[in-house]
Amino acid sequence: MIDARIRKGYAGGHDSAAFALDIQIRTSAGVTVLFGPSGAGKSLTLDALAGFVRPDDGRILLDDVLLFDAASGVNVSPQKRRCGYVFQSSALFPHMDLRENLTFAAGRLPRLERRRTVGEMIEQFHLTEVAGRKPGELSGGQRQRGSIARALLSKPRLLLLDEPSSGLDNTLREELYRLLAEVRVRYRTPILLVTHDLDEALELGEEMIVMQAGRVAQSGAPVEILNDPAGEEIAALLGRFNIFDAEITAMDPAAHRSRLRCTLAGGRVFEMDGPYFPGHLLGARLRLGVRADALRVNPYASAGVPLKAVRVSRRSQSYRLEFEGGVVAEVAERGFEPQSHNGEWVVQFPPDALRILK
Amino acid sequence: MTIDWFPLWLSLRVAALSTLIALLAGLWLAWLLTGREFKGKHLVEACVTLPLVLPPTVLGYYLLVLLGRQSPLGKIYEWLFGQPLVFTWQAAVVAALLHSAPLLIKFSSAALESVPRRYGKAARTLGASEWRVFWRVSLPLAWNQILAATALAFARSLGDFGITIMVAGNIPGRTQTISVAIYDAVEGGRGDAARVLVLVISAVALVSLTLASRLGRISVGKAA
Repeated sequence: MIDARIRKGYAGGHDSAAFALDIQIRTSAGVTVLFGPSGAGKSLTLDALAGFVRPDDGRILLDDVLLFDAASGVNVSPQKRRCGYVFQSSALFPHMDLRENLTFAAGRLPRLERRRTVGEMIEQFHLTEVAGRKPGELSGGQRQRGSIARALLSKPRLLLLDEPSSGLDNTLREELYRLLAEVRVRYRTPILLVTHDLDEALELGEEMIVMQAGRVAQSGAPVEILNDPAGEEIAALLGRFNIFDAEITAMDPAAHRSRLRCTLAGGRVFEMDGPYFPGHLLGARLRLGVRADALRVNPYASAGVPLKAVRVSRRSQSYRLEFEGGVVAEVAERGFEPQSHNGEWVVQFPPDALRILK
Repeated sequence: MTIDWFPLWLSLRVAALSTLIALLAGLWLAWLLTGREFKGKHLVEACVTLPLVLPPTVLGYYLLVLLGRQSPLGKIYEWLFGQPLVFTWQAAVVAALLHSAPLLIKFSSAALESVPRRYGKAARTLGASEWRVFWRVSLPLAWNQILAATALAFARSLGDFGITIMVAGNIPGRTQTISVAIYDAVEGGRGDAARVLVLVISAVALVSLTLASRLGRISVGKAA
């Protein structure tokens, strides 16, 4: 369980802007994901938790152990915090072979036990054949496994992972996810993982903390955040939302329906059906968001908004269609392929997928 | 032509000893200066660099004041070893040390700074003490560059003239180092002797610098 409140300010220099980190994290999830754009303060948060950055103010509690408390002046050294840290680029010591790297982490154990534990770890992480190699001679995946094994050997209370999948290809990424799932089950070490990859956050996170400009913008289950982002900024951050203005022109609370006049970027106006938005009156202007993969597109349909496709691009398992007015739809490849050369589409915005953004 | 080789052996001995001391003191100082912030750090750094810019006579003067027979340090030395420090070959070691140590400290600090921070951070999260981080991680990763700096410092300490002549003097067979001997030979009109010593010292310096440049190029820290 992490319970941390961290405040840290940096005055701007001639080559850096002023930055303030002010966050509160409270989670007992197995895997918590820190999600956000570069410069949001994610890595700084990890550094503060690990003890490399001293917050100006706040308190860090890890499993009822006080690591930092500004009020009483407690500041446990990184050595004693027992936070395993896996860095973005492997931090295996390049002058030691893999076994020596792991042995370094097991320094606190008595000699015989150290040998045995390191041996077990090497086997468990499928590194037996390469245990005698230097990190420079290992593959990216092996380095990654080695780093995690080394971090676990120091029996951490918390495992911090800073963008562990950056630089890994898809296969290695899947392997990493499997490995982390295994680590969770076997070691029961809570994991705090930094990423700016939404898929990764969805795949791994039980809890997701969206950070922006040094603050927590929203936190909760990843799926909930994706379904219902707390604001336009977060929706934009998640990167899969179409955001536009709408005005309620008619509503029918009994049928749970409303009629909306929407304006796209570029000025295109159209009308469509929406759900009943409780608490909003007739004529109210709203900012609406709808996920790209919730849109339905058809070459011909009676209901919907006819829009011209500007760009069609292939994704690994879907097509991404960009329409005039900045509307983006993601559609499954099945059934789309035969019509992929179509220029004019009818786009449907399912009412139950529309979200009000603050 | 008979050449007295004593100055060469003395210089090599002085350079070796002063380099060894400079390495030990330099590592300690480099450790102190890298990766930590404290009040007066800039002043310490300036003091370390000062000998590089001050004229040798000024440094020699300071040493005479600091280590002369009337000074407290000089008295302690005399009490400990039964003889004064100034105008002995040991004083030449101190002179060479002052001449070469700043270079070694500067380059060692730079070498230690160049080790990517994540290695030190990783080691600390694994519970390694600052001491263990320095010996097992930072130092091995910077070792080649530090050795290169050491070779450079050795070459430089061979060449000190000004400080040596002020604190160790020019006593043939006792404190006359090679650079002082060359001066002496030129002054005394012994051109051949001067020429030979000049060539020898140049060769030794060239070998040290070649070594330094080769060592400096190998870098373990860049792997992975």
